[in-house]
Amino acid sequence: MAVEKEKLYRVHLMVCAGTGCVSNHAFEIKEALEKEIKRRGLEKEVKVVTTGCNGFCERGPLMVVQPGNIFYQMLTVKDIPYLVEEHLLKGRPVKKLMYQPPEEKTPVPVLSEINFFKKQVLVALRNRGLIDPEKIEDYIARDGYKALVKALTQMTPEEIIHEVTISGLRGRGGAGFPTGLKWQLVRNAISPDNEKYLVCNGDEGDPGAFMDRSILEADPHSVIEGMLIGAKAIGATQGFIYVRNEYPLAVKRILIALDQARYYGLLGHDILGTGFDFDIRVVRGAGAFVCGEETALLASIEGRLGEPRPRPPYPAEKGLWGKPTCINNVETWANIPVIIDRGGKWFASIGTATSKGTKVFSIVGKINNTGLVEVPMGITLREIIYDIGGGIPGGKKFKAVQTGGPSGGCIPAELINLPIDYESLTAAGSMMGSGGMVVMDEDTCMVDVARYFLSFTQDESCGKCTPCREGTKAMLDILTRITEGKGTEEDLGLLEELADTIKEASLCGLGKTAPNPVLTTLRYFRDEYIAHIQDKKCPAHVCRSLNVYKIDPQICFEKGHGCDVCRRNCATDAIIGSKGEAHKIDQTKCIKCGVCFDVCHFGAVKVE
Amino acid sequence: MIEAKVSDILNRYARDESSLIAVLQDLQEEYSYLPREALEQISKEMNVPLSRILSLATFFKAFSLKPKGKHPINVCLGTACHVRGAQLILEKFERELGIKTGETTQDLLFSLEAVRCLGCCGLAPVVMVGEEVHGKVTQTKVPAIIKKYKK
Ligand SMILES: Cc1cc2nc3c(=O)[nH]c(=O)nc-3n(C[C@H](O)[C@H](O)[C@H](O)COP(=O)(O)O)c2cc1C
Ligand code: FES
Repeated sequence: MAVEKEKLYRVHLMVCAGTGCVSNHAFEIKEALEKEIKRRGLEKEVKVVTTGCNGFCERGPLMVVQPGNIFYQMLTVKDIPYLVEEHLLKGRPVKKLMYQPPEEKTPVPVLSEINFFKKQVLVALRNRGLIDPEKIEDYIARDGYKALVKALTQMTPEEIIHEVTISGLRGRGGAGFPTGLKWQLVRNAISPDNEKYLVCNGDEGDPGAFMDRSILEADPHSVIEGMLIGAKAIGATQGFIYVRNEYPLAVKRILIALDQARYYGLLGHDILGTGFDFDIRVVRGAGAFVCGEETALLASIEGRLGEPRPRPPYPAEKGLWGKPTCINNVETWANIPVIIDRGGKWFASIGTATSKGTKVFSIVGKINNTGLVEVPMGITLREIIYDIGGGIPGGKKFKAVQTGGPSGGCIPAELINLPIDYESLTAAGSMMGSGGMVVMDEDTCMVDVARYFLSFTQDESCGKCTPCREGTKAMLDILTRITEGKGTEEDLGLLEELADTIKEASLCGLGKTAPNPVLTTLRYFRDEYIAHIQDKKCPAHVCRSLNVYKIDPQICFEKGHGCDVCRRNCATDAIIGSKGEAHKIDQTKCIKCGVCFDVCHFGAVKVE
Repeated sequence: MIEAKVSDILNRYARDESSLIAVLQDLQEEYSYLPREALEQISKEMNVPLSRILSLATFFKAFSLKPKGKHPINVCLGTACHVRGAQLILEKFERELGIKTGETTQDLLFSLEAVRCLGCCGLAPVVMVGEEVHGKVTQTKVPAIIKKYKK
């Protein structure tokens, strides 16, 4: 493998090549930049670098100019010649391509001054936007593998575990188990032939969360280094990175990173000449949510059906092929090098009493600044939604945020000042989960959300235990009935009873937590359930069986002059009328897809 | 033909059960489904009962026992996409293509699947056609997306 000698460039253009930006044509931007730089004879001075996800996905495609940290957004190929001429030749940054906060008149040129980035503290995402993930040299230049050298040459396994323990790091995969304690358990576990394994859980099944993907794609060496340190601490000789089926780019990047690490003698036999052996294999998931659960994941690495088994024994005692196995989440691993490098005490100085350090969240749904953020634990929901997230689009009202995926719950707007840490989320009826935050506004129906999650867990239940398999089905049936306006008040009690049984009797975490979305919505949004049951109305107009679309003839005629757009877009020819006259909807043909509502420029289409 | 290809795939891995899923994945990638004769060959060469292979093939969503269309369309129904109207997008695809979710068009050009989160929730609602991601999809954009792959 050729190791590229970095030339010295005057300027680096860091083009985001995360999935979001790529789908917004980031690679075309890159090509256009390179072409224009060449045309202007700047190729010896300016270098274009493609980085992993920058986080501010909403504004892609993105580029950051270094030095200066100048942030450009929503670029198009057309902008490039002007940008190169103005910024790179004449030294005049281009204002119109910078980010301008919705209510302000001037743009914010520097990335670190933009609200979305200002409150973030980057630990797991420390190299975000600063390195090319396919170049180990970039990682090393940012102090990469420094912690490994320290761990291998200056620390005993006990000292490593001690450092992780005092850091207070808890698992980022959902349950929040103390990482140092887990490592100690695996270290203490006895393996007849001294084989122990280490696994990185990159299954990331929680819909709405994409931090693990981003870390694996943007900074694979941070995970590899973390695993190497963990291997030394617990005495493992073989590691596995289990990556979700839907993430082919992550697989590609890890494979490249593993090759480069081996080339540098950081992986394999006699690592750094210290006599320590360790290697890592990549295993691709095959598309089953339950495989994120640790025992199911281990089964599928062994080539068996990805079904959970009862614990104990925990994987720490009996894991892969019956050997003690330490399994941690991607983000957990990515934190390790920093903890070793800067010390557990430093890490513990961030966050709250029981939740230390930072956490990566994906903020998605009905929010202005969708993207990926890393913030100190204990930050309030308000700061995330309003300061970082920029509030709700279209001046709508914030209703709730869903955390913890299908195992979590919905936190209502009243709890906007809730500090985000493991305990307070659990007390609110939800959980940290992997860090997905789906924001909901007044147009989101909470009964529909509950039904959505139940259909998810029902679909993903592996079917091995009855409470989960049959119980979630019964709950889903009731919820569907309610969203169709056929529910009764007894249904609510029935839902709560079923929820208790499922929580109590299910085999694994999937079933045990499946009722949470229903229970939290019943707790905070009972009035919405009642509206569906008593008034047969969906207040947010989401549950389609309960919606009726109508065209206000006066608005249609006077304001829109019967523009006919709705009729042309109607999928089922349900709209009657011709250009110039007021239109009408034939309710017998209407399938309530809402296209007429979306396309009408005059607000003539009403939904009741 | 298939036989040589399958041998090629089998040679990439150790012949033990822990490679079984990886072998099926490579096969799925190669043919975009798992041809029966290939599974029989794998069963023989890896010395695992066909029933075990079939149970894996039906448990995991990545595998399909029926051929897929040339352009697989995956409509995301993850949470972020759901709250931004993904169900309506899926139904629009069903109407435009004249097939139901899980089916393939008669000309074998498209198959339609619903998936849970493609990991680009920032662009919700998201549709993936082959390897290409389409973000912020609306019902009115659907016909143009289909048209793009018809050529
Ligand atoms: C149904 C279910 C799905 C899970 N999915 C994931 C997942 O996608 N990623 C993950 O890291 N942990 C997941 N977990 C948690 C794992 O079982 C395990 O606790 C975790 O990987 C341990 O790592 P940590 O201590 O670093 O968090 C899931 C658990 C359950 C019950
Ligand atoms: S929810 Fe659709 S991409 Fe994540």
